Amino acid sequence: MYVAVKGGERAIENAHAWLAEERRGDTAVAELSIAQIREQLALAVNRVMAEGSLYDPDLAALAIKQARGDLIEAIFLIRAYRTTLPRFGATRPVATGEMACDRRISATFKDAPGGQVLGPTFDYTHRLLDFKLAAEGEVAKAPTAAPRNEPTPHITAFLRGEDIIQREPDSEATPGDLTRTPMSYPAGRDIRLQSLARGDEGFLLGLAYSTQRGYARNHAFVGELRIGTVAVEMEIPELGFTIEIGEVELTECETVNQFAGSKTEPPQFTRGYGLVFGQTERKAIAMALVDRALRWRELGEDDLGAAAQDEEFVLSHSDNIQATGFLEHIKLPHYVDFQSELELVRKLRREAEANVAKQNAGNEDAGKEASQ
Amino acid sequence: MAIQTENDVVTQARRDWMSLLAKAPEDRLLALWADYGAAPAFDWLRRPEIGAVMVRGRMGGTGAPFNLGEMTVTRCALTLADGTVGHGYVQGRGKPKAEVAALIDALMQTPEAGALRAAILDPLAGTMDAASTARAARAAATKVDFFTLVRGED
Repeated sequence: MYVAVKGGERAIENAHAWLAEERRGDTAVAELSIAQIREQLALAVNRVMAEGSLYDPDLAALAIKQARGDLIEAIFLIRAYRTTLPRFGATRPVATGEMACDRRISATFKDAPGGQVLGPTFDYTHRLLDFKLAAEGEVAKAPTAAPRNEPTPHITAFLRGEDIIQREPDSEATPGDLTRTPMSYPAGRDIRLQSLARGDEGFLLGLAYSTQRGYARNHAFVGELRIGTVAVEMEIPELGFTIEIGEVELTECETVNQFAGSKTEPPQFTRGYGLVFGQTERKAIAMALVDRALRWRELGEDDLGAAAQDEEFVLSHSDNIQATGFLEHIKLPHYVDFQSELELVRKLRREAEANVAKQNAGNEDAGKEASQ
Repeated sequence: MAIQTENDVVTQARRDWMSLLAKAPEDRLLALWADYGAAPAFDWLRRPEIGAVMVRGRMGGTGAPFNLGEMTVTRCALTLADGTVGHGYVQGRGKPKAEVAALIDALMQTPEAGALRAAILDPLAGTMDAASTARAARAAATKVDFFTLVRGED
């Protein structure tokens, strides 16, 4: 018999009221504004935009505030909001070669045209807590130099000239969209990249690290890492021409990996690719490593049984909203499910106890017989 | 052929101002519009509507397209009393921004274009250029100058 129970409305309402109060914290402390979160916690905002798969810094900042800084909860809010928006269309693919770079480095070519531009990086900080930040104070203006006016060329373009790196196939095929069509395997690289771009940073970091430690063999160099803004162009259907509909900050990572060659093709470097909304370089590098590991089949490599090579494993576990939804649902009431399990265990125990009793009785009889 | 070229020029000019308006910071655009002080009568063809567009990237930066993620966009369309149609297609969720962009798009097709360009588009472009130049100048200051250490050999 299934008995539906209702209850807890008042408890839920009161819990929400307390949540709101806790979110606000001590009212003697000034309340955070959306603009403060957007401007001063920009990397959290970027992560929420990337994994929420919706570029809108104010909305991501609002989600972080509402989620009390729980970024996966904030990503959940953005994903939920995203589904309410009508889709006006798709943009032209962004031209990352035209990026206005804040940062652009290469671990492979010291003297790359355009140079090594560090940008606002944590890289060479000493990772010592800066107690000056605990006090209010003016920030010194960052030094400036004559700005570069022309776009910074991609590093791989130089290798392409020599044909020493794999070419990306020219194509204008309409890519698959995992938000519209359920996943099926094997997935194309278009779907894999879309999935990785919105995948959980921590999960991809762990997988990428596993490839570096030898689970799937593909030693990667960061051929190029660039962060900056690109214009987003879209054809306006009513007008029949293309406009720049906005601009987004992106992080792009191109890795140069071990060569592949065959009887018909001379040895060439292979590549992995990461592209993520916002300044999100750890995620972009991880994405490029995992993208490369997942390409084993098309590059004629062996399946080494590594987690990062297993497309279904990677793609079905990288989405933190799916994962947290399933993980967290087990804390919600399962009273009826559990009741049936409880009864089953009790029954099994009764049977086991009865068996033991019977066996003991048998043993005693056998013992008596033996002693006689 | 000459007419075609003229159309292209007109289209290019319209693309440019619509692109500028789409990317403009909302506060600055609304402030400039308020200062301009126009309140033309218009009818909605499509009221401001918030939606998303799917932003695409290319594999390896140059290869086949893939879907990167969406961004918010607001659009609207209107007609002025003289029948000129204006479209607003702007980044973000700013309905006032979309409305002002559509009004400016319409007015830029009228004899008011020159005044509007001087009062709104040029200052807006100036603000945005200054912001991007300021970033580029900071980036340039973080460019590494390599130098070779003198070896300790005789």
